[in-house]
Amino acid sequence: MFPYIPHTSEDEKQMLSTIGVDKIEDLFEDIPKEIQLQRRLNLGQPKSEWEVFKQFQELGKKNKNVLQYPCFIGAGAYDHWIPSVVDHIASRAEFYTAYTPYQPEVSQGTLQVIFEYQTMICQLTGMDISNASLYDGASACAEAAFMAVNKRRKKKILVSMTVHPEVRRVLATYMKNQGIQIVEIPSKEGETDTEVLAEKMDDQTAGVIVQSPNFFGILEDIEPIEKITHEKKGSLILHVDPLSLGVLKSPKEWGADIVVGEGQSLGNPLQFGGPYLGFIAATSDFMRKMPGRIVGETVDVDGNRGFVLTLQAREQHIRRERATSNITSNQGLNALRAVVYLSTLGKQGLREVGQQSMEKAHYAFEKLIQTSKYQPVFLKPFFKEFIIQSSIDPSIIQKKLLDKGILGGYSLEYMGPDYKNCMLFCVTEKRSKAEIDHLIEVMEGIE
Amino acid sequence: MKTYDKLIFELSKEDRVGYRIPPKEISEKPLENYIPKKYLRKNELDLPQVSEVDVVRHYTLVSQKNYGVDTGMYPLGSCTMKYNPKINEDMASLDDFVYIHPYQPEETVQGCLELMSQLQDMLAEITGMDAISLQPAAGAHGELTGLMLIRAYHESRGDYKRNKILVPDSAHGTNPASAAMAGLKVIEIPSTSEGLVDRDAMRQVLDDEVAGFMLTNPNTLGLFEKNVQEMAAAIHDAGGLFYCDGANMNANLGITRPGDMGFDIVHLNLHKTFSTPHGGGGPGSGPIGVKKFLKKFLPVPVVQKKEEKYILDYNYPESIGKVKSFYGNFGVFLKAYAYILTMGAEGLKRASQIAVLNANYLKEQLKETYILPIDTICKHEFVLGGLGQNEAGITTLDIIKRMIDYGYHPPTVYFPLIISEAMMIEPTETESLETLDEFISVLKTIAQEAKTTPELLKTAPHDSVVRRLDEVLAARKPRVLWKKQS
Amino acid sequence: MEIKQDLFYTEDHDWIRVEGKRAYIGITDYAQAELGDIVFVDLPEVEDVLEKDDILGAVESVKAASDIYAPIGGTVVEINEKLIDEPELINEQPYESWMVCIEMDDEDAVKELLLAEEYETLIQEEE
Repeated sequence: MFPYIPHTSEDEKQMLSTIGVDKIEDLFEDIPKEIQLQRRLNLGQPKSEWEVFKQFQELGKKNKNVLQYPCFIGAGAYDHWIPSVVDHIASRAEFYTAYTPYQPEVSQGTLQVIFEYQTMICQLTGMDISNASLYDGASACAEAAFMAVNKRRKKKILVSMTVHPEVRRVLATYMKNQGIQIVEIPSKEGETDTEVLAEKMDDQTAGVIVQSPNFFGILEDIEPIEKITHEKKGSLILHVDPLSLGVLKSPKEWGADIVVGEGQSLGNPLQFGGPYLGFIAATSDFMRKMPGRIVGETVDVDGNRGFVLTLQAREQHIRRERATSNITSNQGLNALRAVVYLSTLGKQGLREVGQQSMEKAHYAFEKLIQTSKYQPVFLKPFFKEFIIQSSIDPSIIQKKLLDKGILGGYSLEYMGPDYKNCMLFCVTEKRSKAEIDHLIEVMEGIE
Repeated sequence: MKTYDKLIFELSKEDRVGYRIPPKEISEKPLENYIPKKYLRKNELDLPQVSEVDVVRHYTLVSQKNYGVDTGMYPLGSCTMKYNPKINEDMASLDDFVYIHPYQPEETVQGCLELMSQLQDMLAEITGMDAISLQPAAGAHGELTGLMLIRAYHESRGDYKRNKILVPDSAHGTNPASAAMAGLKVIEIPSTSEGLVDRDAMRQVLDDEVAGFMLTNPNTLGLFEKNVQEMAAAIHDAGGLFYCDGANMNANLGITRPGDMGFDIVHLNLHKTFSTPHGGGGPGSGPIGVKKFLKKFLPVPVVQKKEEKYILDYNYPESIGKVKSFYGNFGVFLKAYAYILTMGAEGLKRASQIAVLNANYLKEQLKETYILPIDTICKHEFVLGGLGQNEAGITTLDIIKRMIDYGYHPPTVYFPLIISEAMMIEPTETESLETLDEFISVLKTIAQEAKTTPELLKTAPHDSVVRRLDEVLAARKPRVLWKKQS
Repeated sequence: MEIKQDLFYTEDHDWIRVEGKRAYIGITDYAQAELGDIVFVDLPEVEDVLEKDDILGAVESVKAASDIYAPIGGTVVEINEKLIDEPELINEQPYESWMVCIEMDDEDAVKELLLAEEYETLIQEEE
């Protein structure tokens, strides 16, 4: 017997007789014998809860987690504090055991949460519309590129090389199959090289993708980029860290047309890289070019407010091969976490978290430079991440830090010879002054 | 109880807070000391200002407007709304898996990698495939990845003209949409009156421009495509690859495997067959499995064991690239892994057997009352055609809205497109005989009401938090965010 | 189901009113009834050059979307902007609510279109 299968043998007998067959195998008669598996799957015996727990515990012991080892790694996934309420609300079975809200009368909970989520994403970015979320920041960026291509009907996208390498890689995978050309714009002193951008930008270009704070943590000056992009009628796609928007200028203020990003920092745990949520927001002229689910407000037959999935004619279940995207699943539960996080922090809290992360990152940066063992790579305004360089191999630094109980520094060596001995550090509001001082002390002592 | 009707924004009050963050510790300087003014926000942020109590009450009340698997039977065809075991949730909440950064040094994440490697092996065994990538985030994402592999395979052989993909007319909308996104042209293959792929029609379109054939088996009518081997041979003879949409594997576990049927690629939805929750639309997870000859094209990094250590291997020069940041929806892997451990080989097979038993039981009991377009043994689901022509003009929509009044989540409706007034019912193995009997009795009552009191159906639902909603208004004049009343 | 005598038709349920070199294109009464409440109309831009069977636009209802293919080649000279704000006009007055006006490349191409009685037969078959 199995805990999730309620049938007794008497039940089974009765049901088989109602159907009019002798045994359960008869229900599989239509499967040709040659392709019926003649052996048991090699998966072992069913386990009790306790045995399952022990197995997870054994595997877990082989990891080092950021609760025990203060984490100074960022690069697209951030160790911010998650208020207790987030887990509690996200653990409500009414939310997590529901499907996509196809039947609005029994799905008002999910629909309202998405409506609130869309509103908050628009409040953060200043944009007019948002969808219900996408898989992650990288695929959101690819979807944004498709939107720009569909709008301008040109098959070229410019992307700054200061955009996260993973995002650029996913973008390349997505674009290749539709023959969309990607032109990478090099960086200059840690920022997008606007001279090259101006050279490469032409009226065959559908859009320009820039990230700020960029992969190196640096704040890009969007003003010239916006001008260059819009002069040639391209769409400006900004990839941003939503958590920074309590402090930093909104994408709307910079003149963005489409805004995307990784929503993990809003109340979602690190979880070894997922599930996170991609967000996408845009100006209203992209309304019917948006991929994925969108929730709209309406009224019921009694005139009461209610919410429905709307503008569905864009989507795969109606449009099939002519849909704006193939996407079906969103990251509903992660979006719920983001909503609860943003509600709990509110405008004041989000600003404080941003400000504190920034202050602590600057403190760590200055202290590291003062050791004179580590040099700044770029002298540019940054948010919560920065790069330093030294004469020491990053793997040695990582190892020494780990020995002292610190997870720190992301090596940029794989990005090429320009980044030899370069490491990216991230400091969030969770890091105490003592932890930062400990980091500095250990790093200063590395030979 | 009065229905709660507030948005979080409507609870907001200036200066109210619901958080406390770590102490400042670092000397306070104005923002401008760190960052030039031009980079700083000018407009004030407009997020709600509420207390923690407000947040908890609000979202608790909002959650109660939802119907989930924990509320009751959720017979949504093709979505496999089986019970989501609680131990899965607990295992996915362990600190040693939740608090792990994806860029930690490899030696600090050996547990994560070992678990992924084991899950890959398990899924390979279940599907009869040689290699698995866990990277795709959902079913449609898996499809897209699989189709990219098909392209990469042909192109690696210098065969650039294969740009067509065959898709049956009963297929999910994601199949053609994914194909289009992968830059492939869709050729739709009709179904026979028996609800299976029309093999003659399929053969007629096979040529040297066909890249592959996407098939769902059992198909969306819940029928096993018994000629699958013949179709595999036909597509392979034409030089194309055979793709299995394995989103719904709930009839196949331990019984038959896509790899043995002749498929080259399969994608799975962990959030269907492998009991991970749907979360109101996500996160999902859509691993793909491939035969050996396609392994070199898999997305990077590939998780594998090398000399007693687990590594993230990026050294795949022929890889299609990356389809997602990092390594996939890891949190979902944990739940599927826990499920497979709990069920074991025996339990998974039992789940498929009972899922099929439940579906056939419902079908047999309902076919007297409702139209059953194809009357044969079904697999994990079946499709009814509503009540057919009836005096009161009761449609499938009316029927399923009335089901809500009786406390059931409706089935999938108006899909597959080839059945008119379709009601696609998938009970899954986790519903008991008693629950099924009640469900049958409710559907029979509704059929009776359709004759005696049709108005009750046409105006249903009556007992839900909202009643039928004006979707035309929502689409004509879209209001997609809350705005402050001025 | 209303069918107007003085118009041309296509198998895709579009109607075409010819005025000299100009062809006004809309969808038929049958088409609007099949789609249900129309919520959105996607139109091309003036000066777009279309070949026969190019996609010229789309109409969407809540549960369906239908692409409109150019029944005839030519250059878009006018679009019915009223439909952008009031797509319901297509439901209310399908034969008044032209979507696009094309200046035809070849006026003889109308000979390939269906006449009212041919379209009527087609509809009877579909029903």
